[in-house]
Amino acid sequence: MSAALRCAGLGHRYGRRLWGLRDCDLDVPAGRVVALVGPNGSGKTTLMSMAAGLLPVTEGTVEAAGGAPARRLDRIGFVAQDAPLWLRLRVADVLDIGRCMNRGFDAVMAAERVRRLGIRPRARISALSGGERAQVALTLVLAKRPELFLLDEPMANLDPLARREFLGSMFEACQETGSTVLYSSHAVTELERVCDYLIVLRAGRVRLAGDIDELRSRHRVIRGPDGWPAGGGWQVISQHTMAGQTTALVRCDDARRPGPGLQDAAPAFDELVLGYLDGDTATLPEEAAA
Amino acid sequence: MVLEVAVFRIDAGSDVPIYRQLVQQVRRDVMLGRLRPGDQLPSVKEVVDALSVNPNTVVKAFSELEHQGMIVRRQGVGTFLAAAPPLASLAVAPKLLAPLARWVERARQDGLSAEQIRMLLEVALDEPAAGQDDRPAAGGAA
Repeated sequence: MSAALRCAGLGHRYGRRLWGLRDCDLDVPAGRVVALVGPNGSGKTTLMSMAAGLLPVTEGTVEAAGGAPARRLDRIGFVAQDAPLWLRLRVADVLDIGRCMNRGFDAVMAAERVRRLGIRPRARISALSGGERAQVALTLVLAKRPELFLLDEPMANLDPLARREFLGSMFEACQETGSTVLYSSHAVTELERVCDYLIVLRAGRVRLAGDIDELRSRHRVIRGPDGWPAGGGWQVISQHTMAGQTTALVRCDDARRPGPGLQDAAPAFDELVLGYLDGDTATLPEEAAA
Repeated sequence: MVLEVAVFRIDAGSDVPIYRQLVQQVRRDVMLGRLRPGDQLPSVKEVVDALSVNPNTVVKAFSELEHQGMIVRRQGVGTFLAAAPPLASLAVAPKLLAPLARWVERARQDGLSAEQIRMLLEVALDEPAAGQDDRPAAGGAA
């Protein structure tokens, strides 16, 4: 299967010293819905902006939707954080601009979607609520029918019903056109349903990347007496001790099982993500998972 | 009979991946006789819409069930429970279920949570000798 997003040694430096992202190697297969997770300032927006062709590459390469982003703009749909739109324009004008500037823009679908959401076409963007603005921006990107969606916290301003509605539209696009979605969010518990591929960024580096089910099968959550992992040769991702018990997220690519006196369980999705967000940076594996 | 999508539900945050939950729900319903050979399953799209879950996850669950021989997909018609699924409905299930239900009731009266009860069942399954040489328990759950 072809890659929807491929990065090799990709990096962007802000100014002289600050690397927003560095040594980023990724190979995301087409058709995936990818969760992009990381603390603020970890490089999510930097990665998306480079994949969208909006931010120059300082080192390395990036390919999106099968080529250099600048040459694939008509196949990439990017919605930046907080859905920036021209505040003084009317909704219908925004959709019209979308139609004029994108080949194959589905103007009928866009108008119908906005109507269904109860947003007046004559309303100015400045008069819309945050959720309505987000819906207009998401409508633009859906009507564009891109191969690659880059969505930077798309649901942050949506209420639960609007979220479900938007997810339905996005999944429909995935099923009908095989689109790939790169989707950043802080709502970790929500991502388990939405995504099947995971990228965890921290401090401008990729800490973990791969198929979610496969990653889960390669990790265990093990609990035992205080300090049990010491000297056991376990690849500990993160650990914490409470009431004399140490719980650790460990990576084990073989079928190794802990010895007696230790409780062993498969990690839930959020345990896996939080373990990598939380762990001591020094102990984290440098290489991204296959 | 078209199966209601409601047979599927997702326990988010579980240590069981979502696709596996869907697989297990079909297998459980077959074992209990709630799903019978030839019954139609909901389409991928229906499951996606009802659960707001990623279509790849649903496709993966259906592929796994197909691989197991539990379901067959007929192009353009739909997905159906296989005529002879490898996991037959269990005639003895009701007979075994009744004493188990009584046992669960007793565990609940002892103050055990659903999670603790599941753990006990798992221990009994995984360690047949468990409990035989243990010291007498100090009572129910703390």
